[in-house]
Amino acid sequence: MDIRAQVSMVFHLDKCIGCHTCSIACKNIWTDRKGTEYMYWNNVETKPGTGYPTRWEDQTKYRGGWVVDGQRQKSLRLRLQGKWGTLTNIFYNPYLPTLDDYFEPWTYDYQNLITAPLADEQPTARAISMVTGKYMDTIEAGPNWDDDLGGSQVYANNDPNFDGASDEEMRQINEINSTVFFYLPRICNHCLNPGCVAACPQGALYKRGEDGVVLVSQERCRAWRMCVSGCPYKKTYFNWSTGKAEKCILCYPRLESGQPPACFHSCVGRIRYIGLVLYDADAIEETAKSPQDQLVMAQRNIIKDPFDPEIIAAARANGIPDSKIEAAQKSPVFQFVKKWGIALPLHPEFRTLPMLFYVPPLGPVLAKVENGVYDNVANEARLGPLMSSLERSRIPLRYMASLLAGGNEEIIRDVYKKLVAVRVYMRSRKVKDIPDEEVQRALSEGKTTA
Amino acid sequence: MSWILDLVNPRERKWEEFYRNRWSHDNVFRSTHGVNCTGGCSWAIYVKDGIITWEMQQTDYPLLERSLPPYEPRGCQRGISASWYVYSPIRVKYPYVRGPLYDLWKEAKASHPDPVQAWASLVGDEQKRSRIQKARGKGGFRRAKWEELVELIAAAALYTARKYGPDRVMGFSPIPAMSMLSYAAGSRFLQLFGGVNMSFYDWYADLPTSFPEIWGDQTDVCESADWYNSKFIVSMAANMNMTRTPDVHFISEARTEGTKFVVLSPDFSQIAKYCDEWIPIQAGQDTALWMAANHVILKEYYIDRQVPYFIDYVKRYTDLPFLVELEPNGNTYKTGRLLRSNRVARYKDVENGEWKMLVLDTATGEPRAFKGQVGDRWGSTHGKWNLSAEDTLDNSPIDPVLSFIDQSDGVVQVGFDDFVNGSVVSRGVPVKRIATDKGEVLVTTGFDIMMSQFGHSRGLEGSFATSYDDEDAPYTPAWQERHTGIGRETAIRFAREFATNAELTNGKSMVIVGASANHWYYNNLCYRSATVALILCGCCGVNGGGINHYVGQEKLAPVAPWNTIAMALDWTKPPRVVQSSTWHYAHSCQWRYEQEFTEYGLTAPNPRWAKGHAIDLEAKSVRCGWMPFTPHFNRNPIELAAEAERAGAKSTADIVTHVVDQVASKKVNFAIDDPDAEESWPRMWFIWRGNAIQSSAKGHEFFLRHYLGAHDNSIAEDRAKGKTQRVKYRDTAPRGKYDLVVDLNFRMNTTSLYSDIVLPTAFWYEKNDLNTTDLHSFLHVLGQAVPPVWESKTDWEIFKLISKKVSELSPLAFSKPVRDVVVQPLMHDTPDELAQPEILDWAEGECKPVPGKSFPHVRVVERDYANLYNKFISFGPKAREDGVSAVGVNIPIKKQYDQMLDNPIMPMPDARHMRCVEWGGKRYPSLEDVLDACNTLLMCAPEANGEVCYQGFHNEEHHVGLPLVDIAEPTRGVSSTFYDLTRQPRRILTSPCWTGLTNDGRAYSAWCMNVERLVPWRTLTGRQSLYLDHQWYLDFGEHIPTYKPRLNPRKTGDIVKSRVDDRSLVLNYITPHGKWNIHSTYKDNHRMLMLSRGMDPVWINDRDAEKVGIEDNDWVEVYNDNGVVVTRANVSRRIQPGTCMYYHAVERTVYIPKSQERKWRGGGHNSLTRTRINPLFLAGGYAQFTYGFNYWGPTGIFTRDTHVVVRKMEKLEW
Repeated sequence: MDIRAQVSMVFHLDKCIGCHTCSIACKNIWTDRKGTEYMYWNNVETKPGTGYPTRWEDQTKYRGGWVVDGQRQKSLRLRLQGKWGTLTNIFYNPYLPTLDDYFEPWTYDYQNLITAPLADEQPTARAISMVTGKYMDTIEAGPNWDDDLGGSQVYANNDPNFDGASDEEMRQINEINSTVFFYLPRICNHCLNPGCVAACPQGALYKRGEDGVVLVSQERCRAWRMCVSGCPYKKTYFNWSTGKAEKCILCYPRLESGQPPACFHSCVGRIRYIGLVLYDADAIEETAKSPQDQLVMAQRNIIKDPFDPEIIAAARANGIPDSKIEAAQKSPVFQFVKKWGIALPLHPEFRTLPMLFYVPPLGPVLAKVENGVYDNVANEARLGPLMSSLERSRIPLRYMASLLAGGNEEIIRDVYKKLVAVRVYMRSRKVKDIPDEEVQRALSEGKTTA
Repeated sequence: MSWILDLVNPRERKWEEFYRNRWSHDNVFRSTHGVNCTGGCSWAIYVKDGIITWEMQQTDYPLLERSLPPYEPRGCQRGISASWYVYSPIRVKYPYVRGPLYDLWKEAKASHPDPVQAWASLVGDEQKRSRIQKARGKGGFRRAKWEELVELIAAAALYTARKYGPDRVMGFSPIPAMSMLSYAAGSRFLQLFGGVNMSFYDWYADLPTSFPEIWGDQTDVCESADWYNSKFIVSMAANMNMTRTPDVHFISEARTEGTKFVVLSPDFSQIAKYCDEWIPIQAGQDTALWMAANHVILKEYYIDRQVPYFIDYVKRYTDLPFLVELEPNGNTYKTGRLLRSNRVARYKDVENGEWKMLVLDTATGEPRAFKGQVGDRWGSTHGKWNLSAEDTLDNSPIDPVLSFIDQSDGVVQVGFDDFVNGSVVSRGVPVKRIATDKGEVLVTTGFDIMMSQFGHSRGLEGSFATSYDDEDAPYTPAWQERHTGIGRETAIRFAREFATNAELTNGKSMVIVGASANHWYYNNLCYRSATVALILCGCCGVNGGGINHYVGQEKLAPVAPWNTIAMALDWTKPPRVVQSSTWHYAHSCQWRYEQEFTEYGLTAPNPRWAKGHAIDLEAKSVRCGWMPFTPHFNRNPIELAAEAERAGAKSTADIVTHVVDQVASKKVNFAIDDPDAEESWPRMWFIWRGNAIQSSAKGHEFFLRHYLGAHDNSIAEDRAKGKTQRVKYRDTAPRGKYDLVVDLNFRMNTTSLYSDIVLPTAFWYEKNDLNTTDLHSFLHVLGQAVPPVWESKTDWEIFKLISKKVSELSPLAFSKPVRDVVVQPLMHDTPDELAQPEILDWAEGECKPVPGKSFPHVRVVERDYANLYNKFISFGPKAREDGVSAVGVNIPIKKQYDQMLDNPIMPMPDARHMRCVEWGGKRYPSLEDVLDACNTLLMCAPEANGEVCYQGFHNEEHHVGLPLVDIAEPTRGVSSTFYDLTRQPRRILTSPCWTGLTNDGRAYSAWCMNVERLVPWRTLTGRQSLYLDHQWYLDFGEHIPTYKPRLNPRKTGDIVKSRVDDRSLVLNYITPHGKWNIHSTYKDNHRMLMLSRGMDPVWINDRDAEKVGIEDNDWVEVYNDNGVVVTRANVSRRIQPGTCMYYHAVERTVYIPKSQERKWRGGGHNSLTRTRINPLFLAGGYAQFTYGFNYWGPTGIFTRDTHVVVRKMEKLEW
């Protein structure tokens, strides 16, 4: 047992309002420099949508993350490596996202508004590429291009999580009674089994022993860009000016001075939780090799109970101070992920063991449309639609399972039942309009108690 | 695994310093954003090496009750992008003036050393004037010196005052609450000068007219923490993720606590993502759904079963038990006015008996008059203006009868308007017979009228609804389907959930309303329909309940002392203001583009007044003292006073008599009677803190044409010829009314681009000011992190400079102090509320013109231009004499004023200490620096100074006659300086000027003071008014909550000449608030543009787009007769078919190609709108229907009623 401490995160998607304050807090501080114009270490995506860079979840395109090689009895290898290993590919990497997959950063000829000479027509500030310095007639892409279902037929419908959906399913998604979207804010997951670190031929990336933050040494990096490919979340970026890779540093200068990362501090939806967890580093490989539908459970297991005397002893043996053990005991992340089990890793099937977990969003209920009239299906319960978010959620369970559970719908169902049970219970206490047996049923289905 | 490194060698990790260095900073300051957004967020501004690096939210708000989640972090994506502006290339860094004006001015100065003369020579030459005007908006800015431009401005202002009158000098700045002293800087200058403050809240369509109608209040709402107290929240026409970004977490936190959240919204909006149930109602049809909900609530909670809480609530707190007279109308009756107490014997001689209404008392069976009505408010006896259920005559208890259904003297048939079918339906109403001075009359209760209006027969005869499924009877759940597109099952369940929740929680059902509803022509009906549901369920004045309208940062918490400073009431009263919607409608010539308003608007059958051209009704409202207008007359008001003096006037009263006589004999005319005459034109316009030419300019292209004389893209035609009665129609419309437009700005936005002079103003992080909002209950600062950069100056300093120059140059225009005639309408919260029991028009010979009664007030004030600067920097003695006032509450500040006089005269301002100034041998508290002004304001505000608060409640207690001062006792010792607020935001004290009770951390919620402490609402009956018996309302058919259908786009005249064919779509044009901007601010911000699509696309439904071959990201033109917008399509299924969305306040500066449909480059979102006024809101002179600045009058509407053509653009040209 190798007990280590990791600064870990939970994003509560039901609360996310997609405002992108986090993105700008990050941009202002870290990526407002030459060579970083296109970088959003923190970005927010509308789901369904194709994201940034576009279709990043599609590993047939980008070859990020890990695969379990069944023939060689579950050995774990980077998808990028193919059969021949890194070295044969060292000079050529065809799976890198191009600038078009991100977007071509632009600015405007703002000065023209002030300096334009007197003319027949009103002056305007035209768009200018920050890469070529030339006018851009039509901007074609941006870091948040499909925000709020923008261009839904092109983007939402090409969400990789819909790959394999039938025509009928896709048709249904486009109807008013089932239209839905939610937001997915993303930063580096500071994974336990990071593909970026493993892919670097230079050893420039490392995971800090004391807090698990994954960093690219700006000294050692030699522009191989294997980290960019190796990360299935596309959260390492290449600075074209310095020739170094850069990525989210979890604001370690702030962490080190007792402040949460800027994106956490600025989260006005109050969706972000940060805390320490203790995990067993010896179990990383085994955990990452679990069958796909059991990856969520396996990842919960690798996080250890900070109240368990055996774990405490092992942590102390590893030099973890008591203050950190206490922090792990008080960690909201431990509660969300392990105790309540309502926060889930993003695409666990990439097998990097991401340490950022998401509480899935509830979303409004489905309705029916008949003869052009929209009606929410009547429900016998007084506040039916409040309590039936699971059965009648607009967000398909299968979609959420694809996103957060390696396809395991049962896990998603359990989480939703618990989220609903909390609301039913709390309302019953405050308003007393829900019969006791209904409250009890909700609690038992949510596998929880008052 | 090998990648986990326990690196202990410091050299190995030395590179990590790179990022640590980037995070470092030297200092952190507190500030916020002076933008009209309601956030009012406290920010930490980081500074390194004297350079602003970035901002992060402050997280130190004091906590409210422990059960409530905290407010922080407050601040959104827009706020955190603000620092981009500071050093950006769009920043206005120097004073600018457009070339032709600059050249001509220098030329004029060369031949006229007297600058006033120089300006006269320039604007007196039509060719030169035209050259300046035609260049507007076309580039050619030149950098100039501050001294040069300040001299030009001062000279132009003085020339205008002397030649035409100071009431031609206009000033527009919106929403003071966001930076209240920056607003006050300009308005204080204007008011000392005699210039005009233009209203904003009504013009922005932010004013919910239903609030004055129902509550006699401008707006009062709960702070967002109170959302958490609600158990059922309905979002209507709101999008809190977009516009209440820092507050919306309270909703999600409430949901976790079991609150149900329902969203009414035509599109699947950002807030729909957040809800339990989305009701995709047809755009603008919320009224129909609420009317059906009210139908259900009345049936199931008032007829089938009576909920004691509801019944008790409506009897105590509403006008529903009041007696309404029924007037014979052919074979049937019609609903009339409330029965006045002096009509019955018992109250024959009671003071203000005409202004005390009757209920029927249960015990005596007699009509009785409650205390607390408007007649008691302005009576000579204090202590009777309260909501205790007592008789105003003898304090005897009254238990009003709510309905006569079980005890009537008979049933009569009453006509009710059905505006959908254009018919009047006849329904039974139970009546009582009451003996009056004019014999026996039939009366019923407001409640019984409501029952019949909503179609419930209760066994009476008439054309009532047969069941919920009766599709033809108005307001049934089945009836609403065809208007809303929402099924009856949903409507019924919605009503039940709403009402049952209120029943179980004693009123914790809430409606949150956003801007969208208020931009429809019939906006007030929508609000009223929802408010009926809330009032029937006892939700108003309850924490967690009520209608909460969040539109604009309208809540300036320390309003009383602010009024004094901003309007210069410490020196001169009354202020000179206008109601911008009516003012722009007249002056920007938009009235000329339509015929009678009944072309599209609906009124009751055979109206007496509600007909004709809206401009005629506006003129009537001005001459009857309902609405203000400037210029007041076709004459210089200074000249008019001088003329009176020449004619022998000795006193102010003589001057007033002279003016009224001149008007009555038509020797002098109101300017509104001929707005296009040269002598009626406004001449000079100061704009600061706002984007008056584009963002808020409904009918922007008409502003360009008629105000500026610049180019425009409108093809709309004049249609008013022969359609006006009294207002003169001139065959040629004026182009270019303004001589000079001056904009104070930190960025080159549309307004600055079209102004003549742009003065560089300090950014929000470069000045000191105060900020409050209605979304939270804290006072905090907008503070300076670095001094103003480049050549920019704060608004306070700029207007001080201009004031100083005006004083300096004033001898060139005026040799001594002069008198100025100010026309003021009948005012709310004054005894003027009792002025006009009947509508009588002196101009029609129906009465005599009596100022302050049947005619506006005519006041005479002194203008001492030589001392204008001295007055600007001194807190004048009138403040000491008169105290400070708001909403009719007067608070003495003698003690505080005298304390302030003890302060020393010192050169340096200070955030903690106050100073005095001395001139003309007298000493005054200083307002020289904005810090002085902030501290003076805090010293005199009941919201910030516990002693002032105590005195305010003490006075109010005397007036109301019930104990109130106990509210202020616990906080009597509290006070704050500006410095204190830079340390931490401070909670606002419970104030006599507001209606929430916030002691002990309780969340602010509107009307709690009325409900719990029985302070009346400022209405006719002192109760919440659901029956509005102003004769004007009866004429328009809106005295009862009702439904009027959406306007027919074929009758609104927006698409007459515009090209429409099979390659184009005609869509309803919806301009809600956007995600990447606060109005037009941030629309040009690089951070925001990068996260959106680099511009504002027009959102179109995918199936609509497919019909005309528009694909996502195609360039499109959006146009109608008013103008054109060039943008790109954002094709999405979340948009309702038949509508398009163009998020409001798009600048026409950034990334705008040339139009192919019209001549010039595409415009902004207001290029497609044309403003109309709903003349209903002109009503005045009567209880809560009296004028107040930003309180009452038509809103700037019609944006939502606009239709446009959308077409793919073939050729891209820059």
